[in-house]
Amino acid sequence: MCVTCGCSSDDNDVRITKVDGKTVQHSHVHSHGHEHHEHTHSHDHGHEHHDHDDDHAHSHHQFKEIDLEREILHKNDLLAERNKGYFEAKNIFAINLVSSPGSGKTSLLERTIADLKNEISFNVIEGDQQTTNDADRIAALHVPVIQINTGKGCHLDSEMIAKAVKELSPKDGSLMMIENVGNLVCPSMFDLGENSRVVIISITEGEDKPIKYPDMFYGSQVCIINKIDLLPYLKFDIEKLKDYARKVNPNLEFFEVSAYTGQGMEAWYNFLKKSLKS
Amino acid sequence: MHELSIVTSIIKTAEKEVETIGGGQIAEIYLEIGKLSGVEIQSLNFIWDLCAKDTVLQDSKVTIMEPEGSAKCAECDTEFKLEKIYDSCPKCHSPFKNIISGKELKIKKLIIN
Repeated sequence: MCVTCGCSSDDNDVRITKVDGKTVQHSHVHSHGHEHHEHTHSHDHGHEHHDHDDDHAHSHHQFKEIDLEREILHKNDLLAERNKGYFEAKNIFAINLVSSPGSGKTSLLERTIADLKNEISFNVIEGDQQTTNDADRIAALHVPVIQINTGKGCHLDSEMIAKAVKELSPKDGSLMMIENVGNLVCPSMFDLGENSRVVIISITEGEDKPIKYPDMFYGSQVCIINKIDLLPYLKFDIEKLKDYARKVNPNLEFFEVSAYTGQGMEAWYNFLKKSLKS
Repeated sequence: MHELSIVTSIIKTAEKEVETIGGGQIAEIYLEIGKLSGVEIQSLNFIWDLCAKDTVLQDSKVTIMEPEGSAKCAECDTEFKLEKIYDSCPKCHSPFKNIISGKELKIKKLIIN
């Protein structure tokens, strides 16, 4: 078990790939060695403390107590702060796009980039367990894109973003779009250093998703409701969805869009332009 | 299964602490994982031994404190128990609140020998 990215074997290391059209320009496996497995601690004391947990008076043992009071995700939070500082210094607005698989994150990105790329300078980081399919779709629009393959990992973390950003070297004043791994649970705990977290839900999902997966809606600032062109064909109550979402997070800002037809996209674009300026 | 990242993060921190004091093995570790933290204790326990094997946390005694969720209503200042992160104020039914406890995700203490 690799204890850096949580992958189950060496074959599943996180891979960061710069994609340019169909050419893979740069590919490396981030090496995080397993040297920590080489600690040579002696096991000859046989862990006898397990047999009498209440009695630690081993006369031959020196116990040292460390009151750590340390956040478990301390390292992720530190690196996220560093990413945030980098974005701030370069006037970059970074968005973390989260949703369940299939809600239309990549389609929304494609449409947004195609419509705004003459006005806004984009950088894209794509997160998926496998393949560079999403990055290939974005690269076809001729914007800088990095694919992070998390292997068995179920979310992006701030270290992966720090590495991807280094590879991208984004322009000052640009928009950084980070498409997280399609998963409505795990990515909610990992701050990437983004300015805004945008949760996408499509109307082919249930209205009660916000209360089924509340953490993701609680930690987001914006909620995009996608695929509204399908409304006439579905039994879906948008107001009900919004009520559930507001119950979890009363501060959520909503956009109702169809990335396919372009309906409602203007309001989302205005949000992006306004965010970049502020 | 973000519990895997949580456990590996704990192990990394523990390894570093042990290294700082010049080596040893962790006899006991105290964690604080709030009921609203988003971490499933069952999943964490399930993978713990697998992850801790051959590290400073192998065979350590693990104690997990699970603080209950609580919040203070942003409208009427009522303090109330938060079973789910989206519970509204029981008095004025406002959804606006500040969470006081339940989101903890901490390594409290290590006992190293």
